[in-house]
Amino acid sequence: MTAATLKPRRFALAADDKPIVIASAFIVVLLMIGTGYTLATQGTMTLLSPNYLLQQLQIGAFLGVVAAGMMLVILIGHIDLSVAWTLAAAAMMATTVGGAWAIPTGLAVGLTVGVINGLGVAYLRVPSMIFTLGVNAVMRGLMVAHTGGFAPQTAATDLMRFLAAERIAGIPMAIFVWLGVSVVIAIVLKRTVFGRTIYAIGNREAAAYLAGMHTRGVIITAFAACGMLAGLAGVLLAGYSTKAYQGMGDAYVLPAIAAVVIGGTNILGGRGKYLGTVVGVILIVLLNSVLSIMQMPEAGRQIIYGVVIISMLLVYGRNQRVTS
Amino acid sequence: MTDRDAQPLLSLSKISKRYGGVRALEDVDFSCSAGSIHAILGENGAGKSTLIKIMSGVVQPDTGSMTLTGTPRRFLSPAEANAAGVVCVFQELSLMPDLSVADNISIVGPPTRLGLIDAKAQRRRAEELLASIGCEDVNPLLNVRDLPLSRRQMVEIAKALGKKPQLLILDEATSALTNSDVATIYEVLKRLRREGLSILYISHRMHEIEELADRASVFRNGRHIETFPMGRYGHGEIVELMIGREISAQYPPKVKRERPAPLFEVKKLTWENRLRAVDLSIGKGEIVGLGGLDGQGQKELLLALFGVLKGVTGEVTLDGKPALPGSPAEAKAPSRRIALIPEDRKTEGLMLPMSIAENLCSASLDALSTGPFIDRTKEEVAITDAIKRLQIKIGSPGDAVATLSGGNQQKVVIAKWLMTNPRVILLNDPTRGIDVGTKQEIYALLRQLADKGAAILFYSTDYDELIGCCDRVAVMYDGAIKVELEGDGITEQALIASALNIDAGAAARSGHGVHG
Amino acid sequence: MTGSTPDWLIRLRQNAGLASAIALFAAFYLVYNMAHPKGFSPQVFVQNADEAFALVMVAMAQTLPVLLGGLDLSVGAVMTMVNCLASHLVVGSPLQIFFGMTACIAAGAAFGFMNGCIVVYGRIQPIITTLATGAIAIGIALFLRPKPGGKVDEDLSWALTNGLGDFAETYHLFDDGKAAWFQPIAGIPVAFVLLILVVLIIWVPFRRTVIGRTVYAVGSAEGAAFMSGLPVNQAKLAAFTLAGVFAAIGGLFLAIQTSSGNADIPQANSYTLNSIAAVVLGGTSLLGGSGSAIGSLFGALILRVISFNFRIFDIPPLMQSLVEGLILLAAVSLGGLRVLRIKNRLELFR
Repeated sequence: MTAATLKPRRFALAADDKPIVIASAFIVVLLMIGTGYTLATQGTMTLLSPNYLLQQLQIGAFLGVVAAGMMLVILIGHIDLSVAWTLAAAAMMATTVGGAWAIPTGLAVGLTVGVINGLGVAYLRVPSMIFTLGVNAVMRGLMVAHTGGFAPQTAATDLMRFLAAERIAGIPMAIFVWLGVSVVIAIVLKRTVFGRTIYAIGNREAAAYLAGMHTRGVIITAFAACGMLAGLAGVLLAGYSTKAYQGMGDAYVLPAIAAVVIGGTNILGGRGKYLGTVVGVILIVLLNSVLSIMQMPEAGRQIIYGVVIISMLLVYGRNQRVTS
Repeated sequence: MTDRDAQPLLSLSKISKRYGGVRALEDVDFSCSAGSIHAILGENGAGKSTLIKIMSGVVQPDTGSMTLTGTPRRFLSPAEANAAGVVCVFQELSLMPDLSVADNISIVGPPTRLGLIDAKAQRRRAEELLASIGCEDVNPLLNVRDLPLSRRQMVEIAKALGKKPQLLILDEATSALTNSDVATIYEVLKRLRREGLSILYISHRMHEIEELADRASVFRNGRHIETFPMGRYGHGEIVELMIGREISAQYPPKVKRERPAPLFEVKKLTWENRLRAVDLSIGKGEIVGLGGLDGQGQKELLLALFGVLKGVTGEVTLDGKPALPGSPAEAKAPSRRIALIPEDRKTEGLMLPMSIAENLCSASLDALSTGPFIDRTKEEVAITDAIKRLQIKIGSPGDAVATLSGGNQQKVVIAKWLMTNPRVILLNDPTRGIDVGTKQEIYALLRQLADKGAAILFYSTDYDELIGCCDRVAVMYDGAIKVELEGDGITEQALIASALNIDAGAAARSGHGVHG
Repeated sequence: MTGSTPDWLIRLRQNAGLASAIALFAAFYLVYNMAHPKGFSPQVFVQNADEAFALVMVAMAQTLPVLLGGLDLSVGAVMTMVNCLASHLVVGSPLQIFFGMTACIAAGAAFGFMNGCIVVYGRIQPIITTLATGAIAIGIALFLRPKPGGKVDEDLSWALTNGLGDFAETYHLFDDGKAAWFQPIAGIPVAFVLLILVVLIIWVPFRRTVIGRTVYAVGSAEGAAFMSGLPVNQAKLAAFTLAGVFAAIGGLFLAIQTSSGNADIPQANSYTLNSIAAVVLGGTSLLGGSGSAIGSLFGALILRVISFNFRIFDIPPLMQSLVEGLILLAAVSLGGLRVLRIKNRLELFR
């Protein structure tokens, strides 16, 4: 065993790359289909114009930030259904506070909710599905109480708008934010003790605990990060729409889970690469945009959306651990 | 003492089975007859459990054939075997914890009325079956989850009897039973024998076998050694058949020397009612064995010393400083450096789908990282060293650890802890289900580690290992250490006598010379 | 633990979750009726039964996959899909109406069966399978009803969403419901009777079949169930199919109640999420193996009666979510306190 033979395959399960390759190929196919359609109907290649693609990535950034957090939680074998109202609460509190403290407030709201989720799951060992569902309902109730159920009148701060909607050198700032989050998460998962512990917990929590890993702390931190990223997405989304609104997070929960799973992360935890989640997000955003270019009615979009998830998983998800 | 060799009920011919690289059964011919209780004897790993798994359809043999009352049969599932009248009561319980006792007993083919399960008839059936084994105190309405282990085992037996077996296989089915239950079961089994059933009885308790069986077969290393009517051999001879003659050479030599000063001391360690004021001390460079029958608190002692159990009282010192950890993370901290090789490597020792490299580093990440980041150079060096040191046979460190053989997996678990450079090493039956070659490597390694100054506490269900490896053996009984054997005093006789908590001389005379 | 414990006590202990759900519901409902100016009257019962019916059905639907140890994120969507289908089919001659209703239930069953097939043969986790098929069901609903609308037979709508007396009057039974013997029961809500019928005709028999018991066995210990030779795959298929049937009944009633179809995505999601909450409040373990659809029925009733109380006490209905969430968290956290009693930390991971 020499260092030379050690290097190339280290920690890289070939099985982890397959979903990423297939999903990427599907993205190319989507672009081709969409472009073929626009060429045939309008004689243009709208879909391939850099500007259009950047715009799609900008929209994808919000989902991407949520999915990054969701992935951490799914990797430890849990799920966070509270991101919908965590996101909305962060946006509403950020716009309410306003000024320089707007963004820190939004992030703090997300962090707090995440820590509560983590405590419930790590200490009370309540199934995360139901605990986060309860927390989601509570957050919704609190926000409705806070706003009186109406659209909040407060507006996003300039900085929020800048981060979400402005461009630098023609590239939307939101993409930079997503990129920043992605780099951090990718490094954390791949290079840090925390990341390694996340995978270990997702594979076999008992073994991770007996290896002397700080399992509870890592579970709480993963939920906290997920909450904080949902908060960040809320801040960005409020900046993009210039204000917060009721139910603004509802459209992000299930797509975020879908993006993570399409990217090859095992829904039961323990396996998956961050790159896959990015690919999953892009796939979902592009699928939506191609369908809207083709003026597909909502009905067809939903059906195709479901069929795509199922077929992707049938192609590469069959080797997943079967329950028990 | 019937002998009906003429007409075997079930017979196996030239059966072989391998798991990965490990040979579980090799060319086995075996048969059992109606109206007899047939004991199967052998050490752990002798192939007993594979044999009964093949008979009852849980696994299929690689080669060989099986006939039932003269007809060739092949059971592809336990259900098929049951339908043919071959029913096994397994060691691992097959009950559904959330269903009631009555549901479990009639889980297959329940009494129905108009196509629906007839709860009343099902309950009557359960009551009758439970009564037939003296278990009237179990209410069939209760969920199995709410029963103590001994009652569950009785329910399991009732369930098996409900299937109207021709061949009933009992695999350590009495291990958790109370004495009065065991007496009832004896009567039931003798009655069933009179009724013409064939019963295969696997137990590590020699006196049970003496009382019940009319024939016995000895297995060793996956081979059927001999079948004989009970009474032909004395205990000593039976034990020799089970052990074979090629033992002692596989252990590294022990060096006679003065008992070293204690490094790791345990005083009055108590937990729930499972550990009762355990006193123990291990010196630097010493290997201390934990003996006794299974379930006398040995596992709990190791878990308590590793910080897994809550509410442990007593004193633990390492080098004179208090060292009772509150969690595994504290146990492995640099101030203590305690390591535990856990009982079940697949669920407690390894993250099976993760790579060999990731598993190896999982206990020593703190030492291998700078700040929050894992230092890849350090990691690589450590992994290469560990693989070389334990001679783990692998393709690439990036492969999933699940792809390795059992022995190599166990080496990964051990290597993972050696990377933390432990001062105290706790081992929970580390050679279970491992091939002989790897076992020998592990024995040699333990001695080497001790020589380098580690204190080792080694629990094994295999008495040979305790005799061959340990400088001292502490024998546990009912949550406390009853006897400490030392040097030449560590004999099979002494181990068994103290495990049963009886006087060694009496044991020598009656010769309870069987071990697991 | 031994024979000395009376049977009723054992049954009570085994159904502690169900019992506390019933008690909680009874307490809330009592408070509501006492505060209501027309409390304890048939009109109030009828209105309550109508409002609760669909959620009860969806909660019962969710119970089956949960008993298996899975989850069905498509129940709300299937309900919505059938709701839209019913707004097309449940009109016309009595025979047409009958076939229309049958087709609606069959559609739900077929959709549930498809979920089951993907889970069993595609070996994809239930939660992610139904996340995707839920989108498909919503798509079909939108295809059937791009905009809210449609029509349901008016007589049927009137008859099923009022008291038994109105039902008899509509269909000219028992002297138009005027028969003297009929009067004592004339005020009973039809929805309530339907609920009882669904429980008695579908759930109770199912639980007593081998397949039904296998559902519990799989959730309790799938390995042991398989080793015992139980029909594991059939049980999974049956559970998802039955979930589809229950969701379809809910959707059908919703159409009859509102006389229209509406492919309302937020509504579908909220039904799905509420169904999970109802299942847990009803004492069914999310790990599978224990609980019952009857528990979920009461779990759903608890959720509904909370909103009734909000109305009667003039609390802004928007606060409802907060209270629901807190009750749910309190219920699961109380259950979580048992963790403190565990002395061997390895048992936490099982």
